[in-house]
Amino acid sequence: MESSDIRITQHPILDFPDRRKIKFYWEGKELEGYEGEPIASALHAAGIKVLHKSLKQGCPRGFFCAIGNCSSCLVVVDGVPNVRACTEKLRAGMRVEMQEGVGPVPASKE
Amino acid sequence: MKPDVLMTTGIPSKEQIDSATPPGSRRKQGPFVVIECFQEIPCDPCYHSCRFGAIKPFESLNDIPQVDWEKCTGCGVCVAACPGLAIFVVDETFSDTECLIAMPYEFSPLPGKGDPVHLLDRSGDKVGEGVVHRVVPGRKPQGTPVVWVRAPRELSLNVRNLLPSAGKGGNNCV
Amino acid sequence: MKTTELAIVGAGPAGVCAALEAASCGVKVTLIDREEQIGGQLVKQTHKFFGWHEKSAGTRGIVISGDLADQVKANPDICFMGSAEALGYFQDDGVLLLETPVGIQKLKPERLLIATGASEKMILFPGNDLPGVYGAGAVQTLMNVHGVRPGKSVLMIGSGNIGLIVSYQLAQAGVKVAAVVEALPNIGGYAVHASKIRRLGIPIYTRHSIKEAYGTACVEGAIIWQLDDNWQGIAGTEKQLDVDVICLATGLTPLCEFLWQAGAEMAYIPELGGFVPLYDENMETTVEGVYVAGDAACIEEASTAMAEGRLAGLAIAYSLGKVPADEFSRKRAESLKELDELRAGPTSGAIVKGLAVMKEQMRKRVSQ
Repeated sequence: MESSDIRITQHPILDFPDRRKIKFYWEGKELEGYEGEPIASALHAAGIKVLHKSLKQGCPRGFFCAIGNCSSCLVVVDGVPNVRACTEKLRAGMRVEMQEGVGPVPASKE
Repeated sequence: MKPDVLMTTGIPSKEQIDSATPPGSRRKQGPFVVIECFQEIPCDPCYHSCRFGAIKPFESLNDIPQVDWEKCTGCGVCVAACPGLAIFVVDETFSDTECLIAMPYEFSPLPGKGDPVHLLDRSGDKVGEGVVHRVVPGRKPQGTPVVWVRAPRELSLNVRNLLPSAGKGGNNCV
Repeated sequence: MKTTELAIVGAGPAGVCAALEAASCGVKVTLIDREEQIGGQLVKQTHKFFGWHEKSAGTRGIVISGDLADQVKANPDICFMGSAEALGYFQDDGVLLLETPVGIQKLKPERLLIATGASEKMILFPGNDLPGVYGAGAVQTLMNVHGVRPGKSVLMIGSGNIGLIVSYQLAQAGVKVAAVVEALPNIGGYAVHASKIRRLGIPIYTRHSIKEAYGTACVEGAIIWQLDDNWQGIAGTEKQLDVDVICLATGLTPLCEFLWQAGAEMAYIPELGGFVPLYDENMETTVEGVYVAGDAACIEEASTAMAEGRLAGLAIAYSLGKVPADEFSRKRAESLKELDELRAGPTSGAIVKGLAVMKEQMRKRVSQ
């Protein structure tokens, strides 16, 4: 699916207001998304569905509930693991990585 | 137990459709409503939408709506009001060969007057060709647009959906 | 520590209606939700609701949520805490722990209402963990809230109201629905919803289920098959569907971790959605001062969730001495009558049966 087809521009009931386009990074690659939308929605619109690798067998995982209930979509954001991609809002310059299992131990801030 | 066609296919039986259609004498007099609501569900907006008292008062919220054909003017206000999108208006007096059918149409883009459309039956199959006669657009986000189409008269009780012939409609059958 | 007369966890239809009812009686309410906005799952319901004309029937969920949010914001007795995730309820101290944008906060309410809603049930089939297998509600959120299509072609599993409504909404968003499969012999949701998608050309296969989803990293297709009377797939009836999304609409189950933690007595009542808290006619659980409403109490429609919320709000106001006894009993009787009428039709048979089981368990408990 082309990225131009995946964003809804015309809808019989809803209007989707113009939002600010920003750049962020997925696995080091620069992508575009809308400021304030969930990370998962920006990634989905960019054709990325695998967000996480399961703990024991490394099976691919995507989002499942999209409202923060299920933890299927955990990603690493700016070095911090276990961030729910479906509820965390996208910010300009965010560095998002696929999380493998429990993810890295975040660096201490002290 | 006899299988319930409506609940196995989503398509009402002939008996159910007959029960929602007025007698032939009334059909010759002008537009009439067809309420394809055959299951008791807790819902009453159709009754409140009718200014002519053509939908009889509900004793219980779960009642199936009953129509007083003599009071129905075929105005189509209830078509846009029904939350289940189960109400249609048919006018078999439009011309010798054509009828008018009013249908709720919540897809984008809305067709315009004069646009050719494919006419679809209750299972989404194309059964004929028609032309848009009138469009009553609903105001976003609450409204439900109602599209009146001109259709071959013999299809008056078969056609329950449309698909713009030109361009892309947001319809599954495209 | 911050205190409040009533804390409500969940600002969906049940929680908001409880807040408005309680505040109208003079109760100071703190309404908590992990989302920034008010409305819970109403914010993605683009269809028109059933129920009474006087009580928002015929109005789209998104419009109802906007109206409710305006009422909450205009009410000085309701403090809305958005982006605040309730982490736990510690019954010994009566303290609710919240993660807010300014850090962890403690809140001690005199009364607590749990209106946390529900989560989607998973079903078993090979490939059910592949990305591309989504809850039906997730797909609704993605397209109706965020404006992103889930994919090109969808297999919907389950023909309850959610499965039927989301299929219709997928078509409205320009996404093809390849099929709806239903394991039961009959369509589970309202006939009008089923008719609405049939005339779009979407097939509904009853007595069918998914055999498997396939794909290497994501869903690339699905195989469905017919079921026999023992719910086993019939070899030779397989159909291969070229879909990139599989949507699960196989039921919801109450999200009631807080009630487990609070020590509320729970019972497994499948008709109500699985494990549910026991509660009385005031929506009060077996833990004094802890109430429940909406899908967290029993899986039903949003219209019943709103009615239950109003009932809980009223009962809480009464328990705090804000409503005279005669007014309370009159309004409660009206509220119970309203719920009875919403559940009077044949489509509510299972719910009524489940609630009777609940009532019996409560009665036994009181007589012990």
